[in-house]
Amino acid sequence: MRFGDLLAFNFKAIRRQRARSIMLLIAIAIGVLAINLLTGIGEGGKQFVLGEFDILGKNVLIMVPGKKETTGGIPPLTGETTRDLSLQDAEAILRLPDVSAVAPLIPGKIEISHGSLSREAFTIGTNRAFFPMRKLELAQGSILPEVPMDQAVSVCVIGSKLRRELFGSRPALGQWLRAGDSRFRVIGILKDRGQGMSLDMNDAIMIPVASAQSLFNTEGLFRIFIELRGLQELDKSRLRITDLLKNRHDGEEDVTIITQDSLLSAFANILDTMTLTVAGIAAISMLVAGILIMNVSLIAVSQRTSEIGLLKALGLPARTVRLIFLTEAMMMAAGGAVVGLIISQVLLFMARQTYPSVPFTTPSWAMLGSITVAMFTALIFSAIPARRAANMVPVDALLDKTAG
Amino acid sequence: MIQLRQLCRDFLVGDQTVHALDHLDLSIDKGEYLSVMGPSGSGKSTLLNMLGLLDKPSAGEYLLNGTATSGLKEEQRASLRGGHIGFVFQSYHLIPRLNARENIELPLVLAGIAPKLRQPRVAELLARLDLIDRAEHIPNQLSGGQRQRVAIGRAIVMEPDLLLADEPTGNLDSKSGLEVITLLEELNAGGITLLVVTHDENVGARARRRLHMIDGAISRDWQTDSAESKSILTAKPLTGKPLTQKTDGKTPGAF
Ligand SMILES: Nc1ncnc2c1ncn2[C@@H]1O[C@H](COP(=O)(O)OP(=O)(O)OP(=O)(O)O)[C@@H](O)[C@H]1O
Ligand SMILES: [Mg+2]
Repeated sequence: MRFGDLLAFNFKAIRRQRARSIMLLIAIAIGVLAINLLTGIGEGGKQFVLGEFDILGKNVLIMVPGKKETTGGIPPLTGETTRDLSLQDAEAILRLPDVSAVAPLIPGKIEISHGSLSREAFTIGTNRAFFPMRKLELAQGSILPEVPMDQAVSVCVIGSKLRRELFGSRPALGQWLRAGDSRFRVIGILKDRGQGMSLDMNDAIMIPVASAQSLFNTEGLFRIFIELRGLQELDKSRLRITDLLKNRHDGEEDVTIITQDSLLSAFANILDTMTLTVAGIAAISMLVAGILIMNVSLIAVSQRTSEIGLLKALGLPARTVRLIFLTEAMMMAAGGAVVGLIISQVLLFMARQTYPSVPFTTPSWAMLGSITVAMFTALIFSAIPARRAANMVPVDALLDKTAG
Repeated sequence: MIQLRQLCRDFLVGDQTVHALDHLDLSIDKGEYLSVMGPSGSGKSTLLNMLGLLDKPSAGEYLLNGTATSGLKEEQRASLRGGHIGFVFQSYHLIPRLNARENIELPLVLAGIAPKLRQPRVAELLARLDLIDRAEHIPNQLSGGQRQRVAIGRAIVMEPDLLLADEPTGNLDSKSGLEVITLLEELNAGGITLLVVTHDENVGARARRRLHMIDGAISRDWQTDSAESKSILTAKPLTGKPLTQKTDGKTPGAF
């Protein structure tokens, strides 16, 4: 039998048994959908976190006040403060030989105005080192000046979107902005970087950290970014910084240092759980689909007994009879796989539209894998029915009175 | 062409053995036209299935064109069925989802013959069987006589040497029954060996050679008056050339 004829012959049979075909199609589609959707979400999350750290670089540590166990779960990014991190702490860290740069961080939201236009903006109190560390580039002007950390200067750098909203097409450089009770002169404007990751810098205003302290009336730092000279001594440097802070804080270890690796490994745990879930759902849905395929095919074989008898009388060898039933199941599985694949890709597309910053895409191994698994399921579970059909004695099958 | 030697076929029903065929001897020559009659349960269908290689004997030997069929593998039996033997059943056994054309074409499809070669062959048969108007109809939409003509088309599309018909007129009224029988007879006139199992005395009487079976054995085997058969054959001429012409000696199914 020619392959094209085989497909056409099967297609007519599938169309004829609409209810069972649709049932099978759905079962397979659910399995394939689950695999593609969940791996797509997992992969999206992973790429998102990796992208975030790409900006910081592997040699940047993040220090947050408060001590938490980093082994389980995500480190305390929000940080419940026990003892404040001070500017003096930051300066002390910078004096360590293996530290090349330190950027303190005090974030907040405050009303910014220029003339009659005003707007609530994300305000970051920091220093010069912050810009290269976060790979922020300027469209105009210069970054924050080189001054001691505890010196307040009334200057600011603003994001491109904030500039548009406050100045429109008028020049912004050198102009004064009002923020709360203080005034800041615009000395730099950031390049438009598109949709950022966790912090939207297009919408932010950056001021010297000491100015932020007085503006927000706070002493403690929210975070300190620490850039190391090299990666080789990362663990030693980390210990040295912890010791330094312990000495400065009366022997108490009350800060947490986050590395890219520690965050990634925490995230890897989540991904592992997710992968297990995917595997579980896939296995269950494929098993259900498989059992469905087997039962439905067994019914089909017995319903089509007299047809099988006829095919054998017409000279079809047993192996071709088997092939007919195997390919029929595989054709239905392929149909289900395509449906599942399409639905999953549509859902992921919608997710990307809703969260543009997260790259939800099914990895190609998962796509290929899900289709392969679906086809194998069909093959394995239709083997028994197909063999039953193939082994029928022609005369018995022909005499079967259930069909004419 | 066919030789049966002491052929037996036993069925075990409960703890009782039924001798459906009981030490049966028979020999059939190429081109013969036989009818098989006898009471119900006498083993007519069993004999026909045996000749058609659909069933295997419990004992005895079946020689087809000189080869002992007992030594054949199932694969070889299937290929002999496909290429050399055509079946016509009382209940037609058409595939319900396929239309008349596709049902006739089925053996060619199963044999893996290219569509280009199939089309003219099927078209010719549809015309010959007077089914052109019904070519796209599925069996449900056809009368009994039309269905049986489709079944005959399917049986001869591979140009077999042997045509086995088990009560081909059993489900038909006398008019379409006669049409079917004359069609079969015309095929026989073209050279095909024809064996018809029937309960209808009129149908049975048309054959040149008649078998009567009782209890799994042939109780009577006689030739009818050849003049009478001839007169029947010529009484109802059908148009066109005979369907089966094997003058070039090519093997059936090998086109
Ligand atoms: N598959 C089977 N299992 C058991 N017994 C069978 C089987 N097939 C046939 N028989 C028995 O073998 C005997 C011959 O059956 P067969 O069908 O050949 O009769 P028949 O002459 O064709 O009858 P009818 O005219 O009713 O078609 C019967 O007694 C029947 O019951
Ligand atoms: Mg019978």
